Amino acid sequence: MELIVASGIGFLTAGGVYLMLRLRAFPVILGLAMLSYAVNVFLFSSGRLAVNMPPVLNPYGDATYTDPLPQALVLTAIVISFGMTAVLVMFALGAFLEAGDDQINMDGQGEELDDPDEEKDDLTETRA
Amino acid sequence: MQSNLLPIIAILPFLGALMPGVMIRAGRNTCATFTAIPTLLALVMLGTLAPAVFRGEVLIAEIEWLPQLGLSARFFLDGLGLLFAGMILGVGLLITLYARFYLSAQDPMGQFFTYLLLFQGAMLGIVLSDNILLLLIFWELTSLSSFLLIGYWKHLPEGRQGARMALAVTGAGGLAMIGGMLILGNVVGSYNLTDILAAGEQIKASEWYLPALILILLGAFTKSAQFPFHFWLPHAMAAPTPVSAYLHSATMVKAGVFLMARMWPALAGTDAWFYIVATTGLITMVMGALIALFKDDLKALLAFSTVSHLGLLTMLLGFGTPFAAIVAVFHIINHLTFKAALFMTAGIIDHEAHTRDIKRLGGLRHLMPITFVIGTVGALSMAGIPLFNGFLSKEMMLDAASETVWNGSDWAVPVLATLGSLLSVAYSLRFIFHVFLGPKRDDYPAKPHDPPFGMWASPALLALMVVAIGAMPWLAGPLVAVAGGAVTGGDMPYYSLKIWHGVNMALFMSIIAITGGAILLAIHRPLDRLWNATPRPEAKTIFDALIAGLVRLTGGIALGLHNGAISRYLAIFVVSTLAIGGVAFWSGDILAPSRELLPVPPVVLAGWVLLVAATVLVVLQHRNRFRALVLIGIIGLMISFGFVYLSAPDLALTQISVETVTIMLLLLALHFLPKETPLESSVALQARDGVIAVAAGLAVAGLAYAFMMRDFSTISDYHLANSKTGGGGTNVVNVILVDFRGYDTYGEIIVLGVAGLAIFALMESLLRGAAGRRLRNSHHYNVDRSRDRHPLMMVVATRAMMPIAVMVGIYLFLRGHNQPGGGFVAGLVISIALLMQYMASGFAWAQRRQRIEYHAMIGWGCVIAGLTGVASWLAGVPFLTSWFGYFEFPPIEEFELASALAFDLGVFLTVLGAVMLMLFSISRLARHAGETVNKEPLEYDPSKAVGRIREGES
Repeated sequence: MELIVASGIGFLTAGGVYLMLRLRAFPVILGLAMLSYAVNVFLFSSGRLAVNMPPVLNPYGDATYTDPLPQALVLTAIVISFGMTAVLVMFALGAFLEAGDDQINMDGQGEELDDPDEEKDDLTETRA
Repeated sequence: MQSNLLPIIAILPFLGALMPGVMIRAGRNTCATFTAIPTLLALVMLGTLAPAVFRGEVLIAEIEWLPQLGLSARFFLDGLGLLFAGMILGVGLLITLYARFYLSAQDPMGQFFTYLLLFQGAMLGIVLSDNILLLLIFWELTSLSSFLLIGYWKHLPEGRQGARMALAVTGAGGLAMIGGMLILGNVVGSYNLTDILAAGEQIKASEWYLPALILILLGAFTKSAQFPFHFWLPHAMAAPTPVSAYLHSATMVKAGVFLMARMWPALAGTDAWFYIVATTGLITMVMGALIALFKDDLKALLAFSTVSHLGLLTMLLGFGTPFAAIVAVFHIINHLTFKAALFMTAGIIDHEAHTRDIKRLGGLRHLMPITFVIGTVGALSMAGIPLFNGFLSKEMMLDAASETVWNGSDWAVPVLATLGSLLSVAYSLRFIFHVFLGPKRDDYPAKPHDPPFGMWASPALLALMVVAIGAMPWLAGPLVAVAGGAVTGGDMPYYSLKIWHGVNMALFMSIIAITGGAILLAIHRPLDRLWNATPRPEAKTIFDALIAGLVRLTGGIALGLHNGAISRYLAIFVVSTLAIGGVAFWSGDILAPSRELLPVPPVVLAGWVLLVAATVLVVLQHRNRFRALVLIGIIGLMISFGFVYLSAPDLALTQISVETVTIMLLLLALHFLPKETPLESSVALQARDGVIAVAAGLAVAGLAYAFMMRDFSTISDYHLANSKTGGGGTNVVNVILVDFRGYDTYGEIIVLGVAGLAIFALMESLLRGAAGRRLRNSHHYNVDRSRDRHPLMMVVATRAMMPIAVMVGIYLFLRGHNQPGGGFVAGLVISIALLMQYMASGFAWAQRRQRIEYHAMIGWGCVIAGLTGVASWLAGVPFLTSWFGYFEFPPIEEFELASALAFDLGVFLTVLGAVMLMLFSISRLARHAGETVNKEPLEYDPSKAVGRIREGES
């Protein structure tokens, strides 16, 4: 089970980092979303894994419980990462509507951009 | 002894600083008066405390702040503090009077006096603080306020550059001193000066003594302009003369000397102290005096003379003998009186003759008789001529120097000290002869005459003190005794303040100095030519080159890393994080695994396969944005399942509802963004990113696996044990959120609320700007792709679902304290229910039925959560301490009411408001893009359609 969770975190991190390094806003947002999944699961797993031991107190008998603290922290982290994603989406939308494309790098600074002018105006392109 | 007056004295100048800026409207005299009042008040209060200090008492006042960390505002007043506080306030008063007449009508006087009082407060703070951390804060404040004062004439480039240089040098020194003080506090185990001074032996024995000493001395040397940091002081002379007289002769530059005197019992007496401090002081004294002799600018001459005298003081303290320390205290008093008088004289000459170039002056004795008398008294005292107070302390200094052995040589220090005195005599006499004596000239830039009384009153008073102490040394006796006693820690050597000590070594040295000085002055003209012909390193050029180099270096690094390509920063960030993690991993040890792997049932394996497949597909297919979004949904769903399986029901609920909202949000956004990501990055770039990504994935997976296989100690046992008894709930996660860590949650909902409001505000400005216009003019977005935007089935289904969904939300909310659920989840569930109405029945239809503004919801949520916390105060317990009780209402079972429920209500409202506001804001884009709004829930009203069909039939 630990292997499964760890490898899942690894895949999500790798995918998240790769998408985060793309040159357009939308994949970057997706990448950050995946990275937040990875981080949340990572934090959660720091309480170690346990099956059938939810931290809800049981009045009958001596039950054992998994660590509730990482869960509480991750719960708020999930909600906050939603807030962060929403703000990023807003930035991306604003930038796209203002600038006419959703490149994330400054003009002329895009690494290995073939021709910055070629994809200049997505808005007009899609309008047409 | 306790004294409540001390903090008041320290705070008075700061309070007073508020006045001048306001009072300048009532005129310049009122402004100056209101500057003088707090100073005078503080001085009177100090006066009432003085008798106790002279009796040998140490006054203490303490305001506790964080006693657990040893942080408190502690003030104390002993002899040394009294001397300095008296100097700061007394000279402050004189300077206020002087500045009233010195500043011209064009200068913003209110600002000047505000800065001056700020500086005065900071300086008083230094000399009165008992806690060294407090002292450090005041220390930095003097740097800042002196920056403002030096750069007071903002239009002068020299002023701005001088201010910057002073701030850079003294600020850097202050930084070093913070380090030194922290070491000292650590060694002693207390940050109180009184404790540190008592622990001198312990400090000197510590292996941290030398680093602490060097760091503290760096602070003191930079502040007191000791070689090689002396160069900022002459450049600070671009300040108005009252500032030069106050900061750069009487007070601020003495702060370093004060600190060395203050720390004397704790740090002095070792070889390291002697060789560092005494040598630096000696070099500074001789070098400063030498440069001063060849300066033509009156203020520059005085500045280098100040450097030289500060060197003298430093040297005396460096000798490490109680006698030398007492001489230093005496010389501090004498230097204050004559140097401040001289600076003010220089200011008067500059003010009246419109030049302070010595080569353009001369013969002022008949034109400005009063100024001539004051200036001559000051200069003769500076030269160390008998019957003036400078002579007394200089004699004693030479006496102390004549007995000092430096590295086995018993002549080095006496000879150099005599040389310093000789040069000092030369430049002092030059001040008299080349400015006041000599033939009257007719080419002064302005016609000089004596200034009004108010302007010469201050220097005259100081000159009077010079003569009084010079002729009757016993006047200064008690002050020297009590301040000197405080420096040496009560260890008083034999000394006597008198003019005639008999024929001794010091007398011969004095005679040599005075004769030699006079000869030097006589041959000044050829010497000056020689001096100007010799190449010398210019400190300002070196400093500027150093700063420019630093700026180039940091600029190069910053621009190299941050070139405007965010993907580059992110790549650098990931790679360096990996590198740091790698270093930590390879350099550390890892324990053997202590846990066993849990079994993997087939369902879980299937979930894992789905997750991994979706992740890989997202990466491969991310150019098609819709597809990527669907795949992201799968990932979120699998993670929720994982949480269910791994005993985290609360997380599963939250994850799945957040997932839903996120996907909706991204879908909405995607409506306005391009649907495809163009292929831009080259194969090489993709490969590079791939390598980085795989490395990051492997590292994180490895880390997660490593710690999951090992046991750990947790603090959660406390939470589990006290959840029911202390927090009144059995769902420990929820109790942690609303009770144990309630303050965190409070902060988090505020962040979420701010995010919601920020999105709203951004959208508002976006729609008002060019983007909004473009949207309104574009017809691209309002294409009705589906031809049925609000399908009948969906409208009916969501309406039927609405009450059920709301009930589920309320249920989750109410049971949250004891079972999985709570405010976060409830808020998300209800917002999903509302969003479904928006989607199914249309924007306007749903909007018309919305009663409460989302902004208000966020606001009320935060207010309710905050008030719940505040209510705890009323019960006399800390913020957010929860309260609960059990009640029985006849038809229902025993029922629990907890204050945590109210807090959770706040969380619920904020989450609901924030989520709705975010999605509402983005959907407003569609309205601006020209999307039509249906007034009815259904666009294609079936009954009308029936009518149309009938019409068609007929």
